[in-house]
Order: sequence, then C-alpha cells, then structure tokens
Amino acid sequence: MVMIFGKPLPLLFGQLLLGIINGSFYAMLSMGLAIIFGLLRIINFAHGAMFMVGAFVTWALLTYLHIGYWGALICAPVIVGIFGIALERLFIRRIYKLDILYGLLLTFGIAQVLQGLATNYFGVSGVSYDPPASLARVVNLGFMYLPVYRGFVVIAAILICFCTWFVIEKTRLGALLRAATENPSLVQAFGVNVPRLIALTFGGGVALAALAGVLAAPLYSVNPDMGSDLIDTVFAVVVIGGMGSIGGAVLTGFGLGVIEGFTDVFYPPGSAVVVFVVMAIVLLARPAGLFGKTA
Amino acid sequence: MLEVAGLNAWYSESHVLHGLDFNVREGEVVTLLGRNGAGKTTTLKSIMGLVPRREGSIRFRGQELIHARPDEVGRRGIGFCPEERGIFAGLNVTENLMLPPVVGPGGLSVAEIHTLFPNLKERARSPGTKLSGGEQQMLAIARILRTGARLLLLDEPTEGLAPVIVQQIGLMIAEIKRRGFTVLLVEQNFRFVSRLADRHYVVEHGRIVDMIPSGALEARMDELHKRLGV
Repeated sequence: MVMIFGKPLPLLFGQLLLGIINGSFYAMLSMGLAIIFGLLRIINFAHGAMFMVGAFVTWALLTYLHIGYWGALICAPVIVGIFGIALERLFIRRIYKLDILYGLLLTFGIAQVLQGLATNYFGVSGVSYDPPASLARVVNLGFMYLPVYRGFVVIAAILICFCTWFVIEKTRLGALLRAATENPSLVQAFGVNVPRLIALTFGGGVALAALAGVLAAPLYSVNPDMGSDLIDTVFAVVVIGGMGSIGGAVLTGFGLGVIEGFTDVFYPPGSAVVVFVVMAIVLLARPAGLFGKTA
Repeated sequence: MLEVAGLNAWYSESHVLHGLDFNVREGEVVTLLGRNGAGKTTTLKSIMGLVPRREGSIRFRGQELIHARPDEVGRRGIGFCPEERGIFAGLNVTENLMLPPVVGPGGLSVAEIHTLFPNLKERARSPGTKLSGGEQQMLAIARILRTGARLLLLDEPTEGLAPVIVQQIGLMIAEIKRRGFTVLLVEQNFRFVSRLADRHYVVEHGRIVDMIPSGALEARMDELHKRLGV
C-alpha cells in the first residue's frame, strides 16, 4: 500500500475529503455571518440555530408534506429566510442603535430558544434523514471510495459560495449592499429603502445557513445541537478570515476544514483545538484577520 | 420648485435651525452663504430627512416632505451631494456612478456624463476613493445627474480643492444650469458663487437673515465679507 509520511494514502484522501466537507459548511455559514455583520453590525449568534432549523425543516417537509430533498433545497431556505425577516422586523431592528454586545445577547437568546424548542419536540438525539436515492451510492475512484452524496455536497457548496460572492461583488444588488455597509444614510438619500434592504439581507444570510442545513441533513444526524456544535468553529473562521470579507470567509472556511482533517490524521488529539490555535496565531500577527481591512 | 417655511431642526438636544424660510425656483442656482456652524449643511440634510428631528414645512413641487423618509425624498427627485462627497471605497468608479437608482426622466445618459467628465471613463475600474479630490467631487455630482433628479443639493463642492479644479467645477455647475437643472448650493467660496448663482441667502444662527440677488452682490461685497468673516 502506498504510504505518505507513514500514513496510508486512502486514509489521507479520506481525511482530505472529510476536511473539505467540514470546510464547505464552515465556508457557507461564515459567509452568511460575514454578510450579516457587514450590513447590520450584528454578530448573529443564532446562525447555528438557523442551520439546525434548516435541517429540521427539511425533515419536516418530507415527513409531513412529502416534499423530498430537492424540493427542500428550495423550500427550507425560503421558509427560514422569511422567519429571519420576521425576526429582524420584530426584534433585531430595535437594537441597531445600541452597543454591538446587545445584538450578540439577543441573537444568543434566540438561538437558545430555538434549540430549546427543538429539544422539546424532537429530543436530544434528533431524527435521521436519508440522502436522495439518486445520490445514495458509493463510487470507487481507484485511490479511495467516495460516497456520491459527499461529492455532491462539496460541489454544491462551492457553487453556493461562488454565486453568493458573485452577487455581492459583481451585481447591482451587491453594490447597493456594499455601499449601504459603508454609508447607509447616503444610500437611503439616493432613494433606496435601506431598512428593507437590511431586512432582506438578514433573511438572505439566514437562508444561506438553512441551505447549509439542508445539505447537512443527510450527512449528519439532524439534532438540536448540530448548529451549536459547528458554530464555535465558524466564529473562529470568521475571526481568522476577517469580519466582513466574503471571499476571505470562504477561503478560510475550506482551508481550516482541510487543516482540521489532516491534524486528525497526524495528531488526533489536536484536531479539536487546531482551529483555535490558528486563530490565536492569526490574531497575534494580523488583528483584523487574514483578509480583513483595518478600519 | 422648493419652498421651505419655518424649518426647525435638532441634533439630539441642540437646536440648530430656528425657523428658516426660503425658496428655490425652477432652473435657478441658489446659494446658502454663512459662517461655519450657521446651519447651511443642516438645512440641506433637513431637506433630505437626514436629521434626527425637524419641524416646519418643506414643499417640493407642491408636495409636503417634512415627514418623508430620506428614500422618499430621493425618489421625489431631489439629488444630494454631501460635503464629504460620499464616494464609496468598496465600489469602483462605474459602480459609484451607477449606484443611485433612476428616480425620473430627464437624467443624463452615461455617454453624456463621460463626455462631460472624461476622467470618469478613463478610471472606470478604479476604486472610487483612489480618485483625486477633484475627480471624486465630479463623480459625486455626476452620479446624481444620471438619476433624473431635477433639484440638486450640493454641499461645498469646492472645499479643499485647488483653484484650477474649482474653476472646472464652476464650469460644470454652469453647464448643469444650462441643461435646466435647479441647484441649491452651500458655499464658503464667495468668488466662486458670485458668478454662478441667481440669488444668495445669508444664513446666521439657523435663520435666513438676508436675500441678495446676484446683481446686488458686487455692491455689498465688503459688508458681506465682514459679516461672514471670510
């Protein structure tokens, strides 16, 4: 068997794939966080809960309405996005003028409520969700076995990240978002309904989290803690990449997923902390993050 | 076109405007003259709805705007060019130019804007804030010419610019007037406005204290210089 650094090649590829998959979720979630933070100056602690709700909505759509995976890819983000807009209108809107910590507390509270509700109805062990039949295969790539659904998740995540980046950086809507991030009152004086833009941005950001939740449903167990397990690492990713940088969040997300995967091969006990070690080093060298602009 | 009556404005506790009355007729260039802190910028911001609290009456083409949100004021056809120019660093020159939504007919086309401001075409892909001060000012004015807004509020367009650039901006405002736009201009630079404007309002302590038609400005230069401390 081929060995690299004393490790069998299939193991390395397996960990690389696992790293890229985890990185896909880090990237998708941190991108939404970065977009929301950029415009709303809200550190959305409820982002992991939205991811979890997205996964449960996916399950509920199948169980109660017989809407399968492909339908859920559309419906779940829309449902969670509308829920997000309602949250913004009812609660988050009221605290823009307050210190940034209030936003953190409010969204943390929202996350706790959502997690509590999910635990109440589904129990801590949660429910299971099968991948769509067309993707429930394994192919032999020669150097490793690849579950097709995992490959699909990686490609979908890359596509989602690219589309989001494209919308933000290359379209008129994105230009409005970027301008409103810098000087919301001037953008409003130009005739743009900025409060509505902000509500839609929050809705869009949490819809991205829900979309990640749909992708995750067949991969991980759908349980109330699935979001909070992930969100610590996602915050570290955002800090490392630099708050407010979309491209930075995506690259850092994938990069850290891979680093985490390989650490698991070479020094398993380190895999849980490696992201935070990287975060500490980056913060020491570049306090604004790898891609952040010092304001 | 614009009738302001009894306009009061506050920034939190401080009462800045104390009942301003003035008007701007279609096709005119009208200036607000006054010392720093007299309330000129606040007047423009109050018209746009960008102050925390205001009272009185602001009628534009017969419609009351005192309770309108900034976006509603913008949609009615008032274009705003702030003192700090408000060029977005995260947007390139073209994105800055195309950012304000079109609010009505009669705006300049991009081709016309590029003829008037060739620099903006050459530097289309540069980040907005990489332009020189004069170019940024032209961009800030150009982007509201595109939208079809017919009343332009310009806050100190010559501030901090070299004399040759000030002259260019002057030519530009003359061209804007020739094309039928109405301009309300805040300025410190006397010489600059004396040839451009039809009428001048003198603002002191948040009130209009005088109105001087352009023809009478020359004769009252000395008195005004003393009064405004310029």
